[in-house]
Formats: sequence, C-alpha cells, structure tokens
Amino acid sequence: MIALLIRDLRLAMRAGGGFGLSLAFFLIVVVLVPFGVGPEMSLLSRIAPGILWVGALLACLLSLDRIFALDYEDGSLDLLATSPLPAEGIVTVKAIAHWLTTGLPLVVIAPVLGILLGLPEQGYFWIVLSLLLGTPALSVIGTFGAALTVGIKRGGLLLSLLVLPLYVPTLIYGAELARRGTQGLETGTPLLMLAGITCAVTALLPFASAAVLRINLR
Amino acid sequence: MSLHVSNLSVSRGGRTLLEGVTFDVDAGHALILRGPNGLGKTTLLRTLAGLQKPEAGTVHLPEEDAVYAGHLDGIKATLTVRENLMFWARVFGTQSIDRALRTFELSDLLDRSGGMLSAGQKRRLGLARLMVTGRKFWMLDEPTVSLDQASVAQFADMIRVHLASGGSAIMATHIDLGLGADARVLDLSAFRATTPKLHASEEAFL
Repeated sequence: MIALLIRDLRLAMRAGGGFGLSLAFFLIVVVLVPFGVGPEMSLLSRIAPGILWVGALLACLLSLDRIFALDYEDGSLDLLATSPLPAEGIVTVKAIAHWLTTGLPLVVIAPVLGILLGLPEQGYFWIVLSLLLGTPALSVIGTFGAALTVGIKRGGLLLSLLVLPLYVPTLIYGAELARRGTQGLETGTPLLMLAGITCAVTALLPFASAAVLRINLR
Repeated sequence: MSLHVSNLSVSRGGRTLLEGVTFDVDAGHALILRGPNGLGKTTLLRTLAGLQKPEAGTVHLPEEDAVYAGHLDGIKATLTVRENLMFWARVFGTQSIDRALRTFELSDLLDRSGGMLSAGQKRRLGLARLMVTGRKFWMLDEPTVSLDQASVAQFADMIRVHLASGGSAIMATHIDLGLGADARVLDLSAFRATTPKLHASEEAFL
C-alpha cells in the first residue's frame, strides 16, 4: 500500500500529473473575486472565509475524475484489483494521495491568499484549521464519487453532480467555523461537527467506495 | 495449486456467453483457450481472475496463487521501466526484478519512461510483470499481441520455464507457441451459450 501511495505521489508530481491544476484554479478564483466584488475592504474581509472555502472546494472537485480514470484507462486498475491489495486499501490510499497532492497544498496556500481578501488577523488560524479538518473529507467523498463513475467516458459532469450535494455539509460547517473564528465568536459546535463529518466519512466511505469499484470493474 | 472449473457460466452486459465450461489445469500444465472473437474468452478469464462473478458454476483456485494480465499492460507513461516494475514487485511483496529484465531483454530500457516504449516493448514489460509477481498461476489474455517473432519465442521459453518450475498458465491466444505436451488446447466454441437472454437482476447494474 505504501508502494501504491509512493507511485501515485510520483505520478502526480511528474509532467501532466495535474499537481498544480487545483492550486492554479484556487489561485485564479481567489484573485478574481476582489475584481468582481469591488475594492471595499470591509465587505471583502467579511466574505473572505466563505470565498476561501468555496474556492478550495471547487479546486478539489476539479481533480477528482483523475483519481481512478487514468488507472482505468491504462488497465492498471484491473491489475490492482486482482493484486493482493484489498479494494478498501486501494481506495483509502487513493484518497490519501489525492489529499496530499490537492488538499494539503490548498491548506498551505490559503493563508497567503487570505491576504488578497483582507482576511482579519485572527482569521488565519481558523481558516487553516478548518481547511485542515475539512479537506480530508472532501478527498474521501470525492474518491467515492470517482469510484462510482469510473469507466464512464467523460464522467466528470456526472461526478460533479453526484459529489456536490455530499460536499455541502462539509462546506457549511467548514465555512461556519472559519467565519465564527474570524469574528471571534464561539467555535465549539462547527468545530465538532466538521471533525465529526471527517471522521465519519473516513471511517465508513472507503467500504462503499470499494464496493462500487468492484461493481464497476465487472 | 491447481484450477478446477466446473459447469461455469459467464456473462457480459447481462448476456450469457458461455455455459457449462468444465476443465482442470494442474501444476506444471498450461491450458490454451481458443475460439472466435466475441465468444467470451476475455470474460471467462476475467471471471477466473475474480473481476466478475460467475453466472453459475464454481471456480476453485487459491487466490494467493493467481495473477491476471489483461489486454492492457497497466504501464504508466511518466514512470520509468524500473519504477513501473519495482512498483508491482512491492505490491506483490517480491524484491528482485533482475530475472524478469533479463528474460525480456529490458535491461537497456531501464531508465526509459513508459510513454517512450514501442507497443512490443510495452507488452514485454507487461509480461515481465508476471515474473516479478512470483505467482504460480498465470491468467493471460492475448499475451503475444504486438510481439515480434523473437519476443514470441522468448515468451514461449518463459512459459516453458514457468511450467517446468511447477507453475501453470491459462491463456487466450490464437498462435501456436509450441509448448508441446504440457499445453492442452480447449476450443470454447463447444460451450457457446444456446439461450442468450437478458437477466433482469443484472440490468440494474449496467
């Protein structure tokens, strides 16, 4: 399983691996918003946590269809499925690799982009914390969606439609945590809900992902 | 370490393709599947590999012995030959890739990236993967496609060595590998399903 993780990370880093794609998209969204909204700093800093969260979520969505599609096309998914690795292990590793190459870079760059949006000083800690807690859930849910649509040509649209509603709870509590933290309000409830969602999907969804993957490989 | 298949029916897309397939493959032997295109050779191999469920009948094969190689070789274009092969070695818990490299004369290509290989070289890399897995029972789908004559001979040698060391293989191929008495040919036309019908329960998953 470590071998699979190393391979996936290596593939993502090499040319055409799509490592920078989500990051670039996130950057573009956040840079463009101030142009669209106008230069009013008080408004910008108020909506900054929400913009960062929506941007991160869409950037995450953009890279989902690559999780299984590439392995499916060149036949390695069949070979992996018949290898000693359990299907649950494969989907878990895929989710981890997706988070390391997409989620984690977004978490790291978010505070930098926060400057562009005039994020208040106390907000930086909360935006990083909320993204750090929430993005793993985005990767795990996305892996489930990717497993559902593997084998469908141009399955990207269907994948987005399937996954978006599942992303909503994470977005609500993640953005709420960042907003409350930024405004200095009490953060206990959204923090626990966000952590709870991430723990629950990480514990349960790999089994569902593995099951639909097996069906799709038939 | 042998494969027992009895009364197996396989289906694809809800249509039964083969019915009542029965055969045994013992250690040290090979079985060659023959039959026209679209008969269900690939589907049968995928069923044996566990990628899909049999429609009926039983397959008895210790799962930890088997390795499957399909039409596609699963080669990553941006990884080098060494990285591609080492990955499968690690997945299957074996360490040495030297013997496979020597058998298929891939040593000179070690640092070439997968995308730069020709079709025949890719196939050779795909077959080298089989040796790297260290598994005893090989399931091969058209293993000689895009190989030149010399490579086909290498492949036949590799199969012979594999059989002599107590391994076995089942493969769908149209060419004669000259494996001699260790290889039995099974023409699947005899098992063609007579009543191709749609299964309502399966349709939901199409």
